[in-house]
Amino acid sequence: MESVIKTAFPFVVYGIGVLMAFPIVLMIVAYTVLAERKVLGWMQGRIGPNRVGPWGVLQPFADLLKFIFKEDLTPDKSTKFVYFLAPLVALTCALMPMVVYPFGPAITTVDWSFLPYGLGEGVTALPLTIARIDVGVLFILGITSVGVYGIALAGWSSNNKYSLMGGLRSSAQMISYELAMGASVIGAVMLAGTLDLNGIIFAQIHSPFRWFIIPQFIGFVVFLISAFAETNRVPFDLPEAETELVAGFHTEYSALKFALFFMAEYVNMFTVSVMCTVLFLGGWYVPGLGRLLEPGSIPYAIVSHAAFIGKICAFLFLFIWVRGTLPRFRFDQLMNFGWKFLLPVALANVILTIIVVYFLNS
Amino acid sequence: MVTTALFFVFAGLAIACAISMVYHRNPLYSAISLVGVFISLSCIYLTLAAPFIAAVQILIYAGAIMVLVVFVIMLLNLDDEPTANRLKYLWALGAGLGVLLLAQTFFIFYAVMRAPNVPSDQNLTAGKTMNIGQAMYTEYLLPVEIVGVLLLMAIIGSVILVRRLKQPKLELVVDNELELRHEEKPLI
Repeated sequence: MESVIKTAFPFVVYGIGVLMAFPIVLMIVAYTVLAERKVLGWMQGRIGPNRVGPWGVLQPFADLLKFIFKEDLTPDKSTKFVYFLAPLVALTCALMPMVVYPFGPAITTVDWSFLPYGLGEGVTALPLTIARIDVGVLFILGITSVGVYGIALAGWSSNNKYSLMGGLRSSAQMISYELAMGASVIGAVMLAGTLDLNGIIFAQIHSPFRWFIIPQFIGFVVFLISAFAETNRVPFDLPEAETELVAGFHTEYSALKFALFFMAEYVNMFTVSVMCTVLFLGGWYVPGLGRLLEPGSIPYAIVSHAAFIGKICAFLFLFIWVRGTLPRFRFDQLMNFGWKFLLPVALANVILTIIVVYFLNS
Repeated sequence: MVTTALFFVFAGLAIACAISMVYHRNPLYSAISLVGVFISLSCIYLTLAAPFIAAVQILIYAGAIMVLVVFVIMLLNLDDEPTANRLKYLWALGAGLGVLLLAQTFFIFYAVMRAPNVPSDQNLTAGKTMNIGQAMYTEYLLPVEIVGVLLLMAIIGSVILVRRLKQPKLELVVDNELELRHEEKPLI
């Protein structure tokens, strides 16, 4: 019995971690949708949604109910299995990076010896990350790149030319900008000397600049632009350009299946915001907080976690702001910009960083 | 114990996806099955404490190469492959090769059984990213460089092929004497 409990204990801990992180991510995503409608409304001189609940705060739940109760249509000549599979792939791949998000610093001041069966023995720290894997950055890049299938397959299986065009555009766009994104990350990874997300944050704490945005400004800008393209947001929302493609790859999707795509897009926005925060803005680290509160204590972790969420919300606001400001690219402009400008700039940044790191180390 | 169970789950998944890949007549289903194989393999790498290889497997094979394959299948809008009768005589060759592969697998099993037990300590550090990077850029630098040149040659080759096959420049003179060149039109 005791050995079974000891074997199962880590999985229980992971489960608790997922159960705690999942609502945080989903609530932020739900309220990003509301914030987007509100902020866009203000930018366009409107009020935005204000009927459901005070100030419209219950709007996301009303939207969810609407999605659940709408009629779920399946086009007659669609490829049924793939048509069902696509939204699932999109949302699963969007949610999976959640397990490596560094939500905050480890809590080290709690004594865990009160746990039964000696489970707390030797446990000194409670990390605020569900799974700390060695290659967090690669994991996030890889999983989000698998998310392309959701969009591409949705476009193909709907048996609709607008959907197919949207799916093709999006796969071409995401493959192209993935390169620039990967190359822009290399600079920060090289300065940190690790691919582990928490390791990158610690490297920033110990670096003279505190945040990698200062030595890696080019990388930051390239990453941000490719992040907009990777999440199919304005000005790179070619896959769902209304004026040309009706609604792009999700033209034929309705009800809850559409909601899954919709959620996947916003969760992806959250993921790239996390990446940007961790790689360039120091993650959960607040400069000078270690002097006010004891590092490793619970208040320190709470303030750091709040700072992490705050930085992410700032990025989410930036996404909305840009959507309210910029017009859409044309497809050939998008491809030229990605391949002929963004990728060379990212590679030049890598080479520059290599030279600087070499001379700093020697 | 958990690792063993997970190994059997993902190994079974990989084999099932591989069989489905070979047997599907629709190229897109085959491609999706192959993605399934890659993802199961990467899960096996994870259970073997090689997270770097797992991540790279997904990033390169599932995330880039197979996306291109799916892209091409969708662009060409391929139909189901008809059953090819003229290839029947290849059955014998296929069976022979299959037996050979099976023999090789059993030989690997045999060799692994015979191999001395490696302390698990070494096993755990072998897959670490830092070690792989150091080995690749010191001990195995030459093979890495050669592979890089090989890939570059392939890229240049494909670029040259595309250039040679390019259509002659299409020039239309519209009524108001606006020149529309073929290149300027968005392709997709």
